[in-house]
Amino acid sequence: MSVKLLLEHDGKEGIRNYETWALNGGYRAVEKALKMAPEEVVEEVKKSGLRGRGGAGFPTGMKWSFLAKPEGVPRHLVCNADESEPGTFKDRYLMEFLPHLFIEGMIISSYALGSNTSYIYIRGEYAWIPDILEQAIAEAKAHGWLGKNIMGTGFDCEIYVHRGAGAYICGEETALIESLEGKRGNPRIKPPFPAVQGVWMRPTVVNNVESIAAVVPIINLGGEAYSKIGVGRSTGTKLISACGNINKPGVYEIDMTISVEEFIYSDEYCGGIAKGKQLKACIPGGSSVPILPANLLLKTAKGEQRMMNYESLSDGGFQTGSMMGSGGFIVLDEDQCVVRHTLSLAHFYMHESCGQCSPCREGTGWMYRILKNLEYGKGKMADIDLLWDVQRRIEGNTICPLGDAAAWPVAAAIRHFRDEFEWHVLNPDESQHRNFGLAHYADDLVTA
Amino acid sequence: MSIQFSEEKLAKVQEIIARYPEGKQKSALIPVLHLAQESFEGWLDVPVMDYVAGLLSLKPIEVYEVATFYTMFNMKPVGKYVLEICVTGPCMLCGSDEIVEHVKTKLGINVGETTADGLFTLKPTECLGACGYAPMMQLGKHYKEHLTKEKVDALLDELRTTAMS
Repeated sequence: MSVKLLLEHDGKEGIRNYETWALNGGYRAVEKALKMAPEEVVEEVKKSGLRGRGGAGFPTGMKWSFLAKPEGVPRHLVCNADESEPGTFKDRYLMEFLPHLFIEGMIISSYALGSNTSYIYIRGEYAWIPDILEQAIAEAKAHGWLGKNIMGTGFDCEIYVHRGAGAYICGEETALIESLEGKRGNPRIKPPFPAVQGVWMRPTVVNNVESIAAVVPIINLGGEAYSKIGVGRSTGTKLISACGNINKPGVYEIDMTISVEEFIYSDEYCGGIAKGKQLKACIPGGSSVPILPANLLLKTAKGEQRMMNYESLSDGGFQTGSMMGSGGFIVLDEDQCVVRHTLSLAHFYMHESCGQCSPCREGTGWMYRILKNLEYGKGKMADIDLLWDVQRRIEGNTICPLGDAAAWPVAAAIRHFRDEFEWHVLNPDESQHRNFGLAHYADDLVTA
Repeated sequence: MSIQFSEEKLAKVQEIIARYPEGKQKSALIPVLHLAQESFEGWLDVPVMDYVAGLLSLKPIEVYEVATFYTMFNMKPVGKYVLEICVTGPCMLCGSDEIVEHVKTKLGINVGETTADGLFTLKPTECLGACGYAPMMQLGKHYKEHLTKEKVDALLDELRTTAMS
């Protein structure tokens, strides 16, 4: 049983209400943090080793320490609640079911960064959640945790919820900032980084919902104690949103010491593959990270057991590994077609490209059209190489990482499932009414 | 239809503007466009966008370029109920294609179209962040999750009944 830091009180009757939250130790962390100097709070977060939970995994404490503090210029904390990475639904869970945990984290983080006005940028489709958050904010304010001169510290803070309107790209921090300014979500060229010139050209920190929520246990336990949970540089706990062909889809908190195999097959987590089928493939960290066949998912190329943490999931680089990413864990069973699945993701990235950079704008549509031909029995062998070539020319050639995010799933699908693509080309009719199946993708690895 | 927010909604607009620094009322644009779409028949006609531009002291083009960027803003009339069925990866793995086909057959429309009676629009939709509860759709402010053909039938019947009463 993993230690529960974020979901400790999940499921308790009335936990969304202030009173119940307070009875369960709520707002103790805020009280503790307000007695510390802001720099000391930043120091605890640095010590904790917390890595950004949105997907990139950049150390949160370090990000905070980059925030410019010019005299007389307001600075802002903006929470990235634009959760849109396919396979990811953990932030929604935190906000919907444990709003006070999240608001506590917002208050502490605002205090640490000196943000007197902080914003929660939430994806527009989560239309019912702003009401829940605004209720929690109002309750916190009524109890003196927000507003003017909080608890006599002289620190003022307001938190506002800002709804987006449907754009995956706004999960990219500079696009999010543009959107918060009331513009199209076109990512900015960096530098300047948001820490220097962010929203309204003021110094800004953008953090993911889960990262902000994790600040609460970090303050409660102390950064050092938090850093001892987990393994190596994968400290603390991580929320994994598991979906696809498994028995128990849902949001799970893990302490990063369990194996991928245990996560998939244990009844405490995914509960095995649905309908008694076999595991074919999995994307362990949201749709943008490389898909792995069953054999490489469960074991690294060196034949070691693969673990659910940052280092182990990326072991082998993109050749034989993947990434922890956002924790969006997507499982494919033996009946799934990797070509069809890649086509679906390619359509997503084509739809979501903002159109600023031509490699991404044109490339995502091009990849979609090639994949469509392959899937529907109109593909040629040369198309597979063309697809590889197109993805390679997108990667690294765009302002923001959406280009990479669109290229990687295609690259990984070809890298590991080339046989399946070739089978589609060689069997244009048969591939229209049956799938390639599990094939050899779960076979034992031959290690050198 | 006269394009004018109610007193209550105008007060809401002021409340939204006050969330942002002085002179940065452009930040209120997306929240106010949501309010406008809810208030004026579910879509943003040009006069509606011009009205919003006036409220926020923006040039009309600043509103058009934003409204056309975000998928939640409808640029043409929609039905009373907009069915947004997610078809991205994780939902696809759990059978969203069958749900979309079922709705298309049942309503006799294609994705992007509205039924002749003006009741239903089937809107093309990508990942809605409900991958663990697939297949699913957004209907107005809320999600309908763990969809089956039977659940979809019951939902459509229920909506028809509500619309007639």
